[in-house]
Amino acid sequence: MAAVKHTLVALVEDKPGVLNRVASLFRRRGFNIESIAVGHSELPNISRMTIVVDGKTTSVEQVRKQLEKVIDVVRVVEIDSDDMISRELALIKVKTTPTTRSEIMQIVGIFRANIVDVGIEAVTVEVTGDDEKINSLLRLLAGFGIRELARTGRIAMTRRGASPMKEVSKTRAGRQKIEK
Amino acid sequence: MKMTGAQIICEAMIQEGVEVAFGILGGSVLPFYDTLPQYPQLRHVLVRHEQGAAHAADGYARATGKVGVCFATSGPGATNLVTGIANAHLDSVPMVAITGQVSRPFIGKDAFQEVDITGITLPITKHNYLVTDAASLPKIVREAFHIARTGRPGPVHIDVPKDVFTEEAEVNLPAKLSMMSYKPTLQGHPAQIKKASRLINEARRPLILAGRGVNISGAYDGLKKLAETAQIPVVTTLLGIGCFPESHILSFGMVGMHGMAYANMALNTTDLLIAIGMRFDDRVTSMVSSFAPKAKIIHIDIDPAEIGKNVRVDVPIVGDVKAVLKELNKQLESVQHVDWVNQLDNWRKEHPSTDIRDSDGVLPQYVVRKIYDITKGQATIVTGVGQHQMWAAQHYWYDKPNTLISSGGLGTMGFGLPAAIGAKIGCPEDTVWCIDGDGSFQMTIQELATITQERTAVKIAILNNGYLGMVRQWQEMFYEKRYVATPLSGPDFVKIAEAYGIPAVRAERREDVIPAVEQAMAEEGPYLIDFRVEPEENVYPMVPPGASLSEQLEAPVKEEAIWQQ
Repeated sequence: MAAVKHTLVALVEDKPGVLNRVASLFRRRGFNIESIAVGHSELPNISRMTIVVDGKTTSVEQVRKQLEKVIDVVRVVEIDSDDMISRELALIKVKTTPTTRSEIMQIVGIFRANIVDVGIEAVTVEVTGDDEKINSLLRLLAGFGIRELARTGRIAMTRRGASPMKEVSKTRAGRQKIEK
Repeated sequence: MKMTGAQIICEAMIQEGVEVAFGILGGSVLPFYDTLPQYPQLRHVLVRHEQGAAHAADGYARATGKVGVCFATSGPGATNLVTGIANAHLDSVPMVAITGQVSRPFIGKDAFQEVDITGITLPITKHNYLVTDAASLPKIVREAFHIARTGRPGPVHIDVPKDVFTEEAEVNLPAKLSMMSYKPTLQGHPAQIKKASRLINEARRPLILAGRGVNISGAYDGLKKLAETAQIPVVTTLLGIGCFPESHILSFGMVGMHGMAYANMALNTTDLLIAIGMRFDDRVTSMVSSFAPKAKIIHIDIDPAEIGKNVRVDVPIVGDVKAVLKELNKQLESVQHVDWVNQLDNWRKEHPSTDIRDSDGVLPQYVVRKIYDITKGQATIVTGVGQHQMWAAQHYWYDKPNTLISSGGLGTMGFGLPAAIGAKIGCPEDTVWCIDGDGSFQMTIQELATITQERTAVKIAILNNGYLGMVRQWQEMFYEKRYVATPLSGPDFVKIAEAYGIPAVRAERREDVIPAVEQAMAEEGPYLIDFRVEPEENVYPMVPPGASLSEQLEAPVKEEAIWQQ
C-alpha cells in the first residue's frame, strides 16, 4: 500500500486562484489524485498542500515537476513513507438504536476516537489518525449504518528530515533580485 | 509618480523594450487605447481579428527573439485571442497578451462582454494575472515580461478591468523584480555533462536531434562546434529547422512524420541520440516504443518536466542549451565517424526524399523550390498548416536560424498570414514570404487589410489545390478515398487581393511559376500569387499515424526525377 501511494507536499504562494491552478493541472494532465488538503503553513503568505498520488496510474515524478512549473508553487517535496507522520480527520455519523449505542461507544473508545454529538437516531464520531486507522474504524462501523461521512484527506510532514519550509525561508531571506 | 493604470502599463512596456503591439480595441480597453497617443514610441498595428493579433505577435517574437505583445478587449475580443495564445504556449513563444475586462464592480455579474478569460487562459499560458488595482501593475508587468522571456519562454496573459486602466496610483517604475517561486535552471549539472561527454566520446553512430530550444537559446555556434568537433550528423525537428545550416555537410534534414527518409533511418540506427532543446513530440517520435531503438539518449532541455515525459532518457541535462553546450564542448574529443556519415550519405542517395518528379502542371514542391532559388535561400518563410507547410519545410533549405516560422505544436491553420505580418514588421529588412494553402489562408484572409493599412511588404504564395489537402491525403491513404468535406471552393484570390489593393497574379502552368515569383520580388510592396497546383499531390515521405518510424512510406516512383540534390 505505502509504496503505491505517494505523498507530496507543495508550498504555494497564498494568492487567489492558486488551488485552481493546481487542480486544473491535475485534470488536464490526467493525474490521478487520491486526496488534496490545503491550509496555512508557519510562514505568512505561504499555504501548504498535501497531495496523495496513486503511483500505479500516475508518474509521481511528472506530478512533482509539473507542479513546480506552476509559477505560484514555491517548492514541492515528496515525503518518504518511512519517515512520515501523517494524519487525517474524519467525521462519521453512525445510525444508532438504544441497543447498539453502547457497542458503538466501545469501538470508539478502542480507537481513541471521540463522540462529538449524540442524537436519538445517530451519533457523530470524530476520529484522527492515518488512513489505515480511519479505514478500520469505518469497516467496524459500517455494520451499524453510516449516514454521513466527511474526510479531510491526508496531511503529512517528515519526522526527522529538514523541513521544506526551512529552505523556503532561506530563499525568502535571499530573495532573487534581478535588476535590469 | 502619480499615473493612471493605462499609463503605468505603457511606461512599463516601454521599459521592457516593447516597440510594437498588435490588437483591436473595444469597450473595456478603450481607456487604455485612449492613452496610447501619449506614447508615440509604441507602434500599434490594427489587425482585423484578435486571432490575427496573437499570431502576429507570435510571428514577431519568433523572427526577432523579443517578446510579442497583443491587445484585445473583454469577452469576444479576449476569447478570439485564445487560439493564438495556445499556439504560442505549445511552441514556447515569448508573448504578453493584455486584455480589457469589465469594471471591477461588474465582475461576476455576467456583465456585457464579460467572460472569465483568466479561467480560460489558465491552462494555455505560462502564467496569468487578473489585476485588482493599479498600484500592483508595475510589479505585474515586470513579472509578466520576465516570465515570458526567460526559462522556457511562453505566453503570459494580463487581464485588466476597465476601471483599473483609469485608476490613479502613486508608483515607482521600474518595479523591483522579486519572485520567490520562479528561477529557471540555466547551468547544466557538471556530473551529468561529464557523463554525456563520455558517452559522446565513445559513441560509434552518434546523432544530434536539435529542436526549437536551440533557436530560442541562440546556441547555433555551440551546436555547430559540437557537430564538427565530434563529427556528428545533425537532424532537426520542424521547429528546429535553421538552427543548423541545412547546407552543412553534416546536416540531414528534418525527422518525423514527414521527415526525410534518411533522417528517420538515422534515428533507427544511431547508438547515441543527443536530443537538444526538443520535447519528443509524437509527430517526431511516431510510435514511442520503437523510437531510436538502438540508442542511448542524452536529453538537454531547460524544462525539467520534459525529461522522461514521453521517452526514456539515459542522461538528462536540465539547463539552457547554450550554457550546457558551452560546457559540454570543453570536454569533447575530436573524433571521426567517417563510416557513419558515409552511411547517411548513401541513404540520402538511395532515398532522396526531396526529388521532384517531372510534370507539366504546377507541382507545389516545384513552387517552393523556385521560391528558394529566386530568393537565394535568404528569405524568411512563414507558413500556415497543412501540406504546403511540409513542402515549405522540405523543399526550401534554411541556413539561418528562425527563418522558418511555422505552427508546430498546435498545428493552427490560419497562422501563416498574420504571423508573416508580425515577422515582417519585426524584421523590415528581411524578405518575408508567406507560403500558405488555400484552406489555411481562408481562415485569416481578413488580415490582407492589415497588410494594406500598414503597408507591410509580405509576399504571399498560395499553393491552391482546392482541397483541405493534408486531410484529403489522409482520406486517400487511410479512409479509402472518401473525400468527406475536403473539396474546397475558394474565391478568386487574385480578385480578392486586388480588392484589398494588393497586386496579384495567377500561375496555372509550370512556365508561369518563375516569372510570377520574380515579379513578386520586383514589387516593393506586398504581392500575392495564386498557384494552381496539382490537386491530389501528396506529401512524402510519410510515417502513417500510429506506426513506427521504420514504416515510413516514400514517394511512389512515377517519372524521372527532374531535381537532384
